[in-house]
Amino acid sequence: MPSNTIESYTFAVNDEGFFTNREEWSEPLAEVLAGMIGIEQLTPAHWAALKFMREDQAKTGVTPTLRRMQTQGKFDVKQLFELFPGKPAKKMSYLAGLPKPVGCV
Amino acid sequence: MRTIPESLILPSFGGSPAKAADAGTETATSGVGGGYSGPRKLVLICSKGNLDMAYPGLILGNAAAGEGIEVHMFFTFWGLDIVNKKTNGKLQFTMVGNTAMHMSDLGTIKPGLEHWSMPQWMGRVPGMTKIATNMMHKQIADLGVPTVPEFLDLLEAAGVKMWACRMSFDMMKMIEADLHPAVQGVISATDFMDLSEGAQTLFI
Repeated sequence: MPSNTIESYTFAVNDEGFFTNREEWSEPLAEVLAGMIGIEQLTPAHWAALKFMREDQAKTGVTPTLRRMQTQGKFDVKQLFELFPGKPAKKMSYLAGLPKPVGCV
Repeated sequence: MRTIPESLILPSFGGSPAKAADAGTETATSGVGGGYSGPRKLVLICSKGNLDMAYPGLILGNAAAGEGIEVHMFFTFWGLDIVNKKTNGKLQFTMVGNTAMHMSDLGTIKPGLEHWSMPQWMGRVPGMTKIATNMMHKQIADLGVPTVPEFLDLLEAAGVKMWACRMSFDMMKMIEADLHPAVQGVISATDFMDLSEGAQTLFI
């Protein structure tokens, strides 16, 4: 299994680059990764989404989809698109140290 | 933006890795659409108003929008029922004409029965369309998938552009107030040609 090293952080990833071990994630690492995928700064709004993702994944074992973020986390989908432009679900799961969501909706 | 070390395996967040930062939009490659080279585009033509035929377009549109693809949905003929507020909460599913009609739950009665195709006459029993529709609603809700009107709100939030077909709109004597607010406008087939330039197009 490949692993990524950046600054002082090393974490295992799958072939696509997503985390395979959520315990190798940390908040400072998320800040570093955010800078690499075009999110200059993680604001409290970003963190609320990322933290919900981690909590929900810890409970269900599955990374939540945008729809689940909306229904269970009460997040505004439009705002998530603004915070994590382009591919919000993938960007969020990446920055939360989780696999990408697999649900269709 | 940070420089990305070469050894790093970074998921694709849009286009080439070098462009990972530019809003994560997908870019159309190869010469689709006569040399069109803008963001990747998907056009869904939704032409059916049955409950089971409404969902494929809604699901694909939502998935594509979530992947940074520009999505346009064009509702034509019976597909207009999906965006008509008077009808879109009441779309139905019928067994009639569907030879793939079998129920997974029947397998609990006798293994193998879940693949048994129900005879066509059953679909014509009065009330059967209502029963089948209710069952499908339940199965869809169990998967956490929204109802049709709610789905349109979700698509709007995801930035999907929706359009109604002018000819069908006139033919069905609809008025603008009937349309779900997410619909951007009623457009002609010619407008649709401009809209769909360079897009991958699916007719549903």
